[in-house]
Amino acid sequence: MNFRDFLKENMVYLDGGMGTLLQGFGLTPGEFPERWNISHPEIITKIHKDYFDAGSNVVSTNTFGANCLKFSEQELEEIIKAAVENAKRARDESSSKKEKFVALDIGPTGKLLKPFGDLDFENAVEVFAKTVWLGAKYGVDLILIETMNDSYETKAALLAAKENSGLPVLVSNAYGEDKKLMTGASPSAMVALLEGMGADAIGANCSLGPAQLREVVYELLDKASVPVLVKPNAGLPKVVDGKTVFDVDASEFAQEVTEFIRQGVHVVGGCCGTTPAYISELVKSSEGISPKPISCKKTTVVSSYTHAVEFGKSPILIGERINPTGKKRLKQALIEQDMEYILTEGINQQEKGVHILDVNVGLPEINEKEMLESAVCELQAVINLPLQIDTADFEAMESALRLYNGKALINSVNGKKESMEKVFPLVKKYGGVVVALTLDENGIPNTAKGRFQIAEKILETAKKFGIDKKNIIFDTLAMTISADNFAARETLGALKMIKEQLGCHTSLGVSNVSFGLPNRDAVNSTFFALALENGLSAAIMNPHSADMMKTYYSYRALSGFDENCADYIGVAETFAQVSVAAATDEKKKSGIGEVATLAQAIEKGFKEKAGEITAELLENTLPLEIVQNEIIPALNKVGEGFENKKVYLPQLLMSAEAAKGAFEKIKDFMKGTSEKSVSKGTIIIATVKGDIHDIGKNIVKLLLENYGFDVIDMGKDVPPENIVEKVIEKECSLVGLSALMTTTVPAMEETIRQLKKVAPWCKTVVGGAVLTKDYAEKIGADKYAKDAMETVRYAEEVFA
Amino acid sequence: MNSLVITKNYDAPPFCEKEVLRYSGCKEADENIIELLRVCKIEAWEKLSYKVCYVELEVATDGETCDFGILKIKSRDLSKNLCGCERAILFSATVGIEIDRLIAKYGRISPTKALMFQAIGAERIEALCDSFCEDIEKEKNIFLRPRFSPGYGDLNILVQKDISAVLNFSKKIGVTLNDSLLLSPSKSVTAFVGIVEGKDPAPKSKCETCEKKDCMFKEVQK
Repeated sequence: MNFRDFLKENMVYLDGGMGTLLQGFGLTPGEFPERWNISHPEIITKIHKDYFDAGSNVVSTNTFGANCLKFSEQELEEIIKAAVENAKRARDESSSKKEKFVALDIGPTGKLLKPFGDLDFENAVEVFAKTVWLGAKYGVDLILIETMNDSYETKAALLAAKENSGLPVLVSNAYGEDKKLMTGASPSAMVALLEGMGADAIGANCSLGPAQLREVVYELLDKASVPVLVKPNAGLPKVVDGKTVFDVDASEFAQEVTEFIRQGVHVVGGCCGTTPAYISELVKSSEGISPKPISCKKTTVVSSYTHAVEFGKSPILIGERINPTGKKRLKQALIEQDMEYILTEGINQQEKGVHILDVNVGLPEINEKEMLESAVCELQAVINLPLQIDTADFEAMESALRLYNGKALINSVNGKKESMEKVFPLVKKYGGVVVALTLDENGIPNTAKGRFQIAEKILETAKKFGIDKKNIIFDTLAMTISADNFAARETLGALKMIKEQLGCHTSLGVSNVSFGLPNRDAVNSTFFALALENGLSAAIMNPHSADMMKTYYSYRALSGFDENCADYIGVAETFAQVSVAAATDEKKKSGIGEVATLAQAIEKGFKEKAGEITAELLENTLPLEIVQNEIIPALNKVGEGFENKKVYLPQLLMSAEAAKGAFEKIKDFMKGTSEKSVSKGTIIIATVKGDIHDIGKNIVKLLLENYGFDVIDMGKDVPPENIVEKVIEKECSLVGLSALMTTTVPAMEETIRQLKKVAPWCKTVVGGAVLTKDYAEKIGADKYAKDAMETVRYAEEVFA
Repeated sequence: MNSLVITKNYDAPPFCEKEVLRYSGCKEADENIIELLRVCKIEAWEKLSYKVCYVELEVATDGETCDFGILKIKSRDLSKNLCGCERAILFSATVGIEIDRLIAKYGRISPTKALMFQAIGAERIEALCDSFCEDIEKEKNIFLRPRFSPGYGDLNILVQKDISAVLNFSKKIGVTLNDSLLLSPSKSVTAFVGIVEGKDPAPKSKCETCEKKDCMFKEVQK
């Protein structure tokens, strides 16, 4: 029988601990257990056989850490070959009459993925792919990905398993006492991600004993439509009389895990500290319990790296601000690759309370695929909201879905044959909920009925691609009422029909309805209310619109989604003053009342005040005069104070941020005039390869910009060749390099060496914790700057 | 001797505002800086987790090398630090990845806040190491020498690889080592601590053993 068929009908018993048993046989800390497949095959085979004899249906090969980061390719192949042979020999030798399978065991790489570690997502996929490929080559029956404590690495492993074998894949994560993975994912988020990608079973193992895993297991059972797997530790390890003892014995373990089986868990086993005796007890205590049927959950869910968002309960807000249509400032940011601006838009929308962020970076002037990849990676590094990948470029869509750390909302597919044939395979492979627009080759039907018929066609086609209707939400297309008075009526009619007759969720780009009209917020918010009442599940909207937010909170209070109207009461006070939303905490700051001039605001570090005064000044003062008479003198004063140790770093930075606030206003103002800002010169800065610290570099950037330099920030962990290439491209005369560790200074040295060779005109300034003046000279840098101010002074010298 | 690696979770150790200011490079703070620090502390607080994994090892030192049985390390300074100890603790501690996210988030939009989160993270991980050492002293009724980490004195940072293998810290507490031998999450520590039985050794200053004289963070002895 193949494993998938067996899993459908039966309880599956996995094996128990391996590492803890090997320690008993003399494995020392620091020794690779995987090598024992070759050096001690009889011990490994015996352990496997003992598990089969105890009643395990599946034993996992001794390959937890077998990957090409730890072993050479040749040794890796020898290890996996031997490991599979050991498990198969045990299967042949075991007297157990049960169905017996061999699983390729895959644990984490031991490295953290970018951006917080240094392993690239695609490299992680490659690492796992090699292990998967070898396991499949030597004939395992299934793959067990286990003990993963990071959702992103789990995704890489599952993707590798799916792309390199047709084997069943069980995926199990290590949750902490906070019921989350180390990088933040809840069980619900993991179910959304893994089920979307087609895992055959989803579960939890290691780190905790059965009792501490209980809530995690129940959450998995509550959300998953595939079998749930549990492999707890034998409690926690303690040292008693010099011996390692786990605090849950075999009988207690068996009782706890049997209760999980009664609740619906289908795949059980043990992790650290468990032995064949634990499995034997478990098999006995659960004998005769037939597996509980798995209910197919009908919930529509997307997820981020921390949590899942479910459609169909309270309305979902999708922030529309990261979309260049009609937004000059964002267009400019995209062209200039100003990621700070895009991140700020994301963070501001999150603060306003949206649940999902739309990400659309399509502009004819830029490479959309690269920009979308970069935006997705940057946003998901620091914002924990699910993303809506919004693009008409299928290639960009695929690469963004691949890199996305969760189950994305995808915008969009439509009733055209080409669209469905391109998008549905991506939804099937990477998971996701897809927004389906009710239009096709014949355009957008004028009537609700016409749009409904397209929705039906889309559902039918999706089914052929194996996509459940819960993973499709319909957008019945809000059209402007200024062109057709009945446009809104038909959109709402279609919405209602789809909701009631197809039982599907819906989404609308609400703001389109008022295109061409004055005071659009009034129309938008009324339309939003009507749509909600007609069953709208989600709206793509502007959360900075007070009218829209009023409608949202009022609707929730009126429809019973807001217990005791608490949320409404919480925000109601701000409705009156939303137009002055910037009335923030800064007003309360000490000394702000005494600030009268821009120079003072900058010296004191009041960012918002600096922005306000600048806006006022711009009404009757030339930008250049503001810079020369207010900003530069203030910055100089603070800078000198810092150099004389009278002003400290945080104060210097607060002033720099205040100056930046002033410059932003000037930048906005100058966009509307023909005046060009004057740059003192272009400087490239980067943290060198291998180094992931960038606070120092960011500080240098902020100050350089304040002093009128254009800064190209190449980020962190930047290879020498990339820096050299950029210097040549921009004909740049100054490069700033940062390195924090003795181990990364060689990369700095190499960068300088390459620069001197091919771009001898370019000066280098270096800084970072471990550097000294002597060291900087030794590695050939033109200048060592002990802090950001010194870098500014040097830049002024170079460009004088 | 049992060389079992034990994992422990801790509650938030006592917080020291003054230390955060020291790490942020601020010798005198006005009210606005203090307020900023408090706002950042609130944002970070619930996101921090405190995890340690450790192993107790026998050690023999000869002034040049430290022999831990499963691990031999050539370092005069570590040898000096552990001189007279028969046992030592090797541990790794972390306050988790979320502080890195905060530093990354504000690094792009407000470097002042990023600096504060950086300083808070530094204070938190040091406080965790202090709490852990106090806890072990009480639990085992022993005294511990000042902590000694790879990169201190002549202790080569390459030792991180051996420590990673011995403690298996990526599996135990989610700490990983990158190709440049940096720890991720960034607010993580690995260290050796010598065990002294019986009497209290000299008071511990983290900066005591460091020979760098011009460090802006150097702790001034009271």
